[in-house]
Amino acid sequence: MTDSDDSLRETALTDTHRALDARLIEFGGWLMPVQYRGILEEHRAVRERAGLFDLSHMGELFIDGPDAGDALAASLVSDPRTLAVGRAQYSMLCADDGGIIDDLIVYRLAHDRFLVVANAGNATVVSDALADRLEGWDAVLDDRSMATSLVAIQGPAAAGILRPLTDIALDELRYYAIAEGTVAGMPALVARTGYTGEDGFEVFVDWARGPELWAALAAAGSGQGLIPCGLGARDTLRLEAGMPLYGNELDRATNPYEAGLGRVVKLDKAGTFVGREALASAAARDPDRRLVGLAITGRGIARHGYPVLAGGRPVGTVTSGTQSPTLGQPIAMAYVDRAHAEPGTILAVEIRGQPVDAEVVSLPFYRRARQVAPSSSPTTVA
Amino acid sequence: MASTGRRYTKDHEWVQLDGDVATIGITDYAADQLGDVVFVELPAVGRTLARHATFGVVESVKAVSDLYAPVAGEVVEANEALAGEPELANSDPYGSGWMIKIRMSDMAEFDGLMDDAAYQELTKAD
Repeated sequence: MTDSDDSLRETALTDTHRALDARLIEFGGWLMPVQYRGILEEHRAVRERAGLFDLSHMGELFIDGPDAGDALAASLVSDPRTLAVGRAQYSMLCADDGGIIDDLIVYRLAHDRFLVVANAGNATVVSDALADRLEGWDAVLDDRSMATSLVAIQGPAAAGILRPLTDIALDELRYYAIAEGTVAGMPALVARTGYTGEDGFEVFVDWARGPELWAALAAAGSGQGLIPCGLGARDTLRLEAGMPLYGNELDRATNPYEAGLGRVVKLDKAGTFVGREALASAAARDPDRRLVGLAITGRGIARHGYPVLAGGRPVGTVTSGTQSPTLGQPIAMAYVDRAHAEPGTILAVEIRGQPVDAEVVSLPFYRRARQVAPSSSPTTVA
Repeated sequence: MASTGRRYTKDHEWVQLDGDVATIGITDYAADQLGDVVFVELPAVGRTLARHATFGVVESVKAVSDLYAPVAGEVVEANEALAGEPELANSDPYGSGWMIKIRMSDMAEFDGLMDDAAYQELTKAD
């Protein structure tokens, strides 16, 4: 149907997805699987067992050099210099006016070597902006987006599936940490990060080895309920976990404070950074609007762009909405005027011209039961 | 292949006639394209629908799709089971996943719809 646009990029795994009979769609300039067998089945697999995702469309930017930490601190809103080697932090690249250009994860691979992972649709913009901002520093940007395959394995069974394939001590790899080693004999970076609200890993290998990595993980997980998962399930999983999606909750017209992500901005770090002045002034006042969670209590599913009403008057806009597979009820995220942002506030979402009741709730909608320690025995499904 | 007796629209809805009452649903092709159906909104019994009028909505996890009346008439029944089990639209689109029943005001409209062979041709071309 829509999978014949020649201008779309394909990952090293696109033929693998075709062979699995995935439905392919355009996303961020890439041809990507939105689902294989069905979004609900894939969503449940990740919550209860494990799912395998091709994320090779994401941007991988390596920054090397004696000034790499200082240069990144001057370019991003966070302070990557505070990261221990082998740890990661959530960050953002903002414009001079404080608007969000992209949200990112920064990994510290060595004292003077970092990996920045950017959203697919923004990878070029981030790469160009970073190259620009690194000028004058003793640091080099190596954009390896088209040289890197990224496969995520997410879910309570993920560690048990990955463990026999890798020489990395997964039990010592903490959440938001990264290690270098091998997976199924391939040189790999393995990070304990994800976008699903579950335990899981993101595995970076050379572009050409993507299919080999995918096959090894799929084979290792086939007896443990691992199934391939598309962007559809990725979206419902991240929404339940209350995680923002660039283009929905975050964009150039939004600053981190409105998005409830002010904690990411380190105004007091040493040296200045792009957007500092605007962000300091945004931090000093209450944002006019806030990102909130909505539980739809009436009948209907709120979608991106639907108006939010209080007493019949518009007070905000839905940024993301879906039927929550885990909760069995429609959920949404929305920006609303701060006077209506307190949890417990009863609002309405206008769905096809009709107001449908919704209650402001705190995020996330879903939080996994944390294990005391990542266990080496097979994970029990609740 | 034996005829199902159903007729179809280019919007991937099916119509089955019993006397002057038309039962309407979405085809298995439509259900497959939509993905997991999680919400169905149907009209109240007694409502009069013009041909091609929007009468409801089917939502999957990702997509919202309008339902159009393939024939004109009065809604005499809506499938209430879909409120609690919208997934019936996927699992049994031609059976328990039916959407509404319309008492037709112009029987000739039925003959203007596609038969099995024509509809198969349409979905093959897609």
